[in-house]
Amino acid sequence: MSRKPITFMQAINEGLTQAMEKDDRVFIMGEDVAGGAKVKHLADKNEDSWGGVFGVTKGLMPKFGRERVIDTPVSEMGYMGAAVGAAITGLRPVPELMFNDFVGFCLDTILAQGSKMRYMFGGKAKVPLTIRTTHGAGASGAAQHSGSYYGLFASIPGVKVVVPSNPYDAKGLLLAAIEEDNIVVFSEDKTLYGMKGDVPEGYYTVDIGKATITRAGTDLSIVTIGKMVQVAEAVADELAKSDIQVEVIDLRTVAPWDEATVIQSVQKTGRLIVIDEAHPRNSTATDIAAVVTDKAFDYLDGPVKRVTAPETPVPFASNLEQLYMPSVKRVLDEASEIIDDLKVVKA
Amino acid sequence: MKQLTPDLAKTAYKYMNDIRHFEDRVHKVFLTGAIPGFVHLYAGEEAVAVGVCSHLTDSDYITSTHRGHGHCIAKGCDVNGMMAEIYGKATGLNNGKGGSMHIADVDKGMLGANGMVSGGMPIAVGAGLRNKYLKTDDVAVCFFGDGANNEGNFHEAMNMASIWKLPVIFVNENNNFAEATPQIYATAAKTIAQRADAYDMPSERVDGKNFMAVFEAAGRAIDRARQGDGPTLIECRTYRNYGHFEGDQQTYKYDSPEEEAFAKRDDIQEFRAYAVSEGLLTAAEADQIEQQSTADIDAAVKFAEDSPLPDPESLYEDVFAD
Repeated sequence: MSRKPITFMQAINEGLTQAMEKDDRVFIMGEDVAGGAKVKHLADKNEDSWGGVFGVTKGLMPKFGRERVIDTPVSEMGYMGAAVGAAITGLRPVPELMFNDFVGFCLDTILAQGSKMRYMFGGKAKVPLTIRTTHGAGASGAAQHSGSYYGLFASIPGVKVVVPSNPYDAKGLLLAAIEEDNIVVFSEDKTLYGMKGDVPEGYYTVDIGKATITRAGTDLSIVTIGKMVQVAEAVADELAKSDIQVEVIDLRTVAPWDEATVIQSVQKTGRLIVIDEAHPRNSTATDIAAVVTDKAFDYLDGPVKRVTAPETPVPFASNLEQLYMPSVKRVLDEASEIIDDLKVVKA
Repeated sequence: MKQLTPDLAKTAYKYMNDIRHFEDRVHKVFLTGAIPGFVHLYAGEEAVAVGVCSHLTDSDYITSTHRGHGHCIAKGCDVNGMMAEIYGKATGLNNGKGGSMHIADVDKGMLGANGMVSGGMPIAVGAGLRNKYLKTDDVAVCFFGDGANNEGNFHEAMNMASIWKLPVIFVNENNNFAEATPQIYATAAKTIAQRADAYDMPSERVDGKNFMAVFEAAGRAIDRARQGDGPTLIECRTYRNYGHFEGDQQTYKYDSPEEEAFAKRDDIQEFRAYAVSEGLLTAAEADQIEQQSTADIDAAVKFAEDSPLPDPESLYEDVFAD
C-alpha cells in the first residue's frame, strides 16, 4: 500500500469518512462542522462552508448529507447533551468541541451524565460517544483557546482519553474510539494538523490504552504525550551525543494510561522523565510520577522528573508562549539532576 | 389522537394509585432510616406523569428528574425493582448502584431520573434526534420542573428541538417551587408556557391536577410530534404533597388560601370521580384497583427488604462497557 504521506488533519478526515461509511449510526455534530446550513447557494451545489473551524471535517457534508454532518447552534451544553441522549438510544455520535477550553459550557453532560450512566444504571446502558476536541499552545490562541485539558477529562471515571501524536495514530485511534461503546475524548493538538506521515489507506485501528515505544533505550525513560513526543525525541538525540540511550514512550492514551509499558521501561532504565504540556499539579504527569514511585520504587535510581507547562494560564506574547511549553532546553535544565547523574555514570 | 378507553382508564388509575402508594410508603419507611440518602417524592403530581405516559409505548423515550418515581411507574418500570433500588439492594433496577435519583430502565424507554436539574433536557433532544435520524415515529418526552426553566439547558434544548423540528414534548411540572424558592420569584415570565414563544414552539398551559386536561394536551402534542411537526411545551400547574426532599419542613408553602386549596386537591380522587361518571370505570372496579395497588406496593416493600445488598465486587463493575 503505497501513497504520498498525508497530514494529521487529512488522517482524521479519512478516519471519520471510513467510520461513517462502515456504520450508518455514526454521525458528526458541532459548530460549523459543515458550516453554511440553509445557505441556498451552497445547498444548490451540495457544498459545505468551513468544514470545521480548522477544516478537519471539510467534504464530509457533501458526501454524507446534512442529516449526518449536523451544524449545531453555539450551544455546547445542548448539543453535547443531545449527543449523550443519541448515544444511549443507539446511535454513535461524534460531536466536536471546537476548543477544549470550552468544556465549561458542556461539562455536566460528560461529568454528571454520560460518564456515569453505565455505572449508575447498573450496567444496563452503553454510551458509544467519541468527543473530538482540540488542545495545545503554540498557535497564539491566548488563554482561552490554547489550554491542554485532557487531564481534566481523564480525571473523570468512565471517560477514556486519547491524544495522538502523529497521523498514523490519529486515524487508527479515532477509528478505535468510534468502535468503543464508551465515552472517548479524542484530543487533537491543533499545531499538529499540518504534520505529515505515512497512513494506510484502508480501515485499521490502534488499540486504546496501549502506549508505544518510539525509541528503545536502556539508560533513561521519557514518557510523553501528543506533540511533546517530538521534544522527547530531540532530547534523546541530544543525550545520545553523551552516549545516553533514551527510551521514548508515546503514551497515546491518557486514560487509562498504560502502566505496564511505563513500569517495564522504568524497571529497565531506573530513571524517568515525564514531559507533558498540561499543568503540573493534580495532572497526568503527576499521576504517572506517583504510580511509578509507588509500584517501581525499588527500581528507581533517582527522582521522577516532570517537565510540564507552568501552573499558569497560557500567555499570548509569543516569547512567553514558547517558554510556557516544554522544550529541549527546559527538559535538559529541569531534569538535570538525573541527567547529570547519568553523565557521571557514563563517563 | 388516542382516546381514553375503559382499558386505558383502568391502567391509568392503577398507575396513579401505584405512584401515590409507592410515595406514601417511601415517606413512611424513610422516617425509619431503612432508606438511605436523598429522596424527592412525586405524590400529588400523578395526573401529569400518567396523563402523558398513557400515550406512550416502550419504544418512546422519556427523561425524568430528581422527582422521578412517578415517571418511572407511569412508563411501566417494575415497582419491585424500583423499591429495591431505593433501598440500595442488589435486585434494584440499577443493581443498587443508582438509587432514587438515578432509576432507569433503558429497555422501557426510561432514560433515567436525573440528579441534575435540567440534566435530562438535552438528553431528550438527543433521543428525539435519534428518532428522527432513524425515521421512526417514536417520540421523546422531557419531564422537567419549574426550577429547570431557568437553567441554560432549558433554553438550548428548546431551541435545538425547534430548529430541527424534533419529536420532543417538553412537559413542565410547575409545582410552584424550586426547592424553597417560588417560581413567581425566580422566573421572569408570567408563565413558563410563554417561554415557548421565544423558540417558535407551540405551547399549552393546563391544570396539572386534572388528568383529562393533561391527557388531551399531551395527545395533541404527541400526535404532532409523531407526524413530524416538531416539539411542544406543555406547562402543567401542579403541587407536591411532600417537601422538596424528605425532611423538608416546608415553611414556604401556602402563602394564600388559593394556594392551599389548589395544593389540597387530590388528582387521583378527581380522576376516579370523572372516570366513574363517564362510565370508564365502575366504583367496584376502582375499589378493586386501589386494593390491588396497595397489595402491590406492600409486596414491593417486602421484596426490597428481603433482597440482598450488592456484592462488594460490584463496586468495581460497569464503569466501562467491554
